[in-house]
Amino acid sequence: MTAPNDGGVPVPVTPAGASSTAPAEYPPASPAGRGMFGNQGTGDVSGFGGLVRPRRTIEDSPRPYGGYFDEVADALEEAYPAFGDAIEKVVVDRGELTLHVRPERIAEVCQVMRDDLALRFELCSSVSGVDYLGADARRLHVVYQLTSMTYRRRVRLEAAVSVEDPHLPSVTTVYPTADWQEREAYDMFGIVFDGHPNLTRILMPDDWEGHPQRKDYPLGGVPVEYKGAEIPPPDRRRSYQ
Amino acid sequence: MTTSNYATERETTEGKVFTVTGGDWDTIVSGTDPINDERIVVNMGPQHPSTHGVLRLILELEGETVREARSVVGYLHTGIEKNLEYRNWVQGSTFVTRMDYLAPLFNETAYALAVEKLLGISDDITERANTIRVLMMELNRISSHLVWLATTGMELGAISIMLYGFREREHILEIFEMITGLRMNHAYVRPGGVAQDVPDEAIVKIREFLKLMPKKLKEYEDLLSGQPIWVERTKNVAVLDVTGCVALGVTGPVLRSAGLAWDLRKTMPYCGYETYEFDVPTHTDGDVWGRYQVRLAEIRESLKLVEQALDRLRPGPVMVADRKIAWPAQLAIGIDGMGNSLEHVAKIMGQSMESLIHHFKLVTEGFRVPPGQVYVGIEAPRGELGVHAVSDGGTRPYRVHYREPSFVNLQALPAMAEGGLIADVIAGGASLDPVMGGCDR
Repeated sequence: MTAPNDGGVPVPVTPAGASSTAPAEYPPASPAGRGMFGNQGTGDVSGFGGLVRPRRTIEDSPRPYGGYFDEVADALEEAYPAFGDAIEKVVVDRGELTLHVRPERIAEVCQVMRDDLALRFELCSSVSGVDYLGADARRLHVVYQLTSMTYRRRVRLEAAVSVEDPHLPSVTTVYPTADWQEREAYDMFGIVFDGHPNLTRILMPDDWEGHPQRKDYPLGGVPVEYKGAEIPPPDRRRSYQ
Repeated sequence: MTTSNYATERETTEGKVFTVTGGDWDTIVSGTDPINDERIVVNMGPQHPSTHGVLRLILELEGETVREARSVVGYLHTGIEKNLEYRNWVQGSTFVTRMDYLAPLFNETAYALAVEKLLGISDDITERANTIRVLMMELNRISSHLVWLATTGMELGAISIMLYGFREREHILEIFEMITGLRMNHAYVRPGGVAQDVPDEAIVKIREFLKLMPKKLKEYEDLLSGQPIWVERTKNVAVLDVTGCVALGVTGPVLRSAGLAWDLRKTMPYCGYETYEFDVPTHTDGDVWGRYQVRLAEIRESLKLVEQALDRLRPGPVMVADRKIAWPAQLAIGIDGMGNSLEHVAKIMGQSMESLIHHFKLVTEGFRVPPGQVYVGIEAPRGELGVHAVSDGGTRPYRVHYREPSFVNLQALPAMAEGGLIADVIAGGASLDPVMGGCDR
């Protein structure tokens, strides 16, 4: 591919993505999946900077899910009349079952998951946040890992909220262990758990501004000089995506 | 200039605040108004020898009874989870190993298992690699429990056991140094297997340790179990039953000391634990004494596991065969720790351009991990250590979250401490075995 110029000598067209106006602090872990060498400025003569990797969307898994997943889904459907309304999606991937729950229903679903005799998810192993910036309009996801000690099963619940309205009910009344973990999700992602007894920052200082694990929050860092060469901070280094 | 007999005090909106750095309790409290100040709020930590690192406790006392207890964490937050998102998947091992610094091999293994599950290569991990992982984890469990015994002993006034615990742990750290090049923070267990094979002299050393340790355990029990002060300070102290444990998410030895034999090595096995013979020790009292008994018994079970793992070590590869993942395959231990082996450097620099390119690509770019999310839980010395890993299909983790047992278990401290004596706060807190590096990450 060449572009004409006045001298009649063909010169290569500037590859897309090699434009020098692209931001240098393009987040390396960006979900957009653009580029290859993380080098959006000068120096990319390969043209790979213009590559766009297609994103896989999370799709509903068809029945039967396999394993105990069908039993869990059936039991929940039976015990929880609003199942059709509350469960947005059921995903089976890598031998794990994920129920995508409407955020306002999460506490109810947890209650049923814990109390129903056919489900018995007594232990809430983990609550964590994930920021799907650029991939999902409701980009803040809260992920609950439930464990049934009786049946030795694991299930993942996932609820998505937007940055503009990051509210969902707290599950601390069902699982008291979610207390600190919800505080961590609030601290790191700014997700607000309504009904939490004491939703304050837990790992960051009380007067900290911003929510550090959001994808649009920079890593920070200073360049380091080593034997005359300057090594940029990790988020400014040339990298592969 | 006159020096005050009382602790230094200042007026705040909440009342008088005293800064206490030691001294006689009567002298200190004589500065307070006995009528208006029935309750004293005592701030313990974050710098305090008995709080296992930088844990801060705020205790509301009525006399010597704790009415309310709150713990404050976050003083050792290092942003490891965020940092992981800016390094490739293999570099992640170097970060996660630094979380819970008393159980580095568990952090690494949990991370490696999660990445392998994302890659879909869990079944391709070689038998030798799995056996080495079990071997290393169980040695690590022993060293972690020894530190628990040592520090808890010291906190309850038994100084000798502290020295003994650390002395025996030194053996294990020497074994680790022989195998991984480092005493702690190994980055030894990597996605796809382990960084390098176990040298023969390490096997000899482990066998020596297996002979030595049962005698030492007997010594600890002779020293502590019959000792009235130890019994007095641990029995019926900081009780938490099974319901309380499960509600608060407490797992590991604390849950087992309450009577529930929940051990992920048995209930949801990984790394081939289902093929080993071992018992899950439990106790029924749910107190500090029970936790002490359970941990000592777990050291014995771990010794059994180490012996079985040694017996089944057969020659073979310690990394998956896939050359797109198996990085770095040619490592050696030099005087300054683990690094590229000299033969490998000579080969890529002198003989094979293709090997050099391949090495360069794998080291700088790393491998891609198909998009998706997984959760993997393993039984760490403190309970369920879970890794929630999300990949967006790139060469770097999109998000890695550690469900740290120290973090979750610490929530149980108010339930254990409130209504008890202030001295039992120390015993109860110590029995949870929190490691703040893991808790705050």
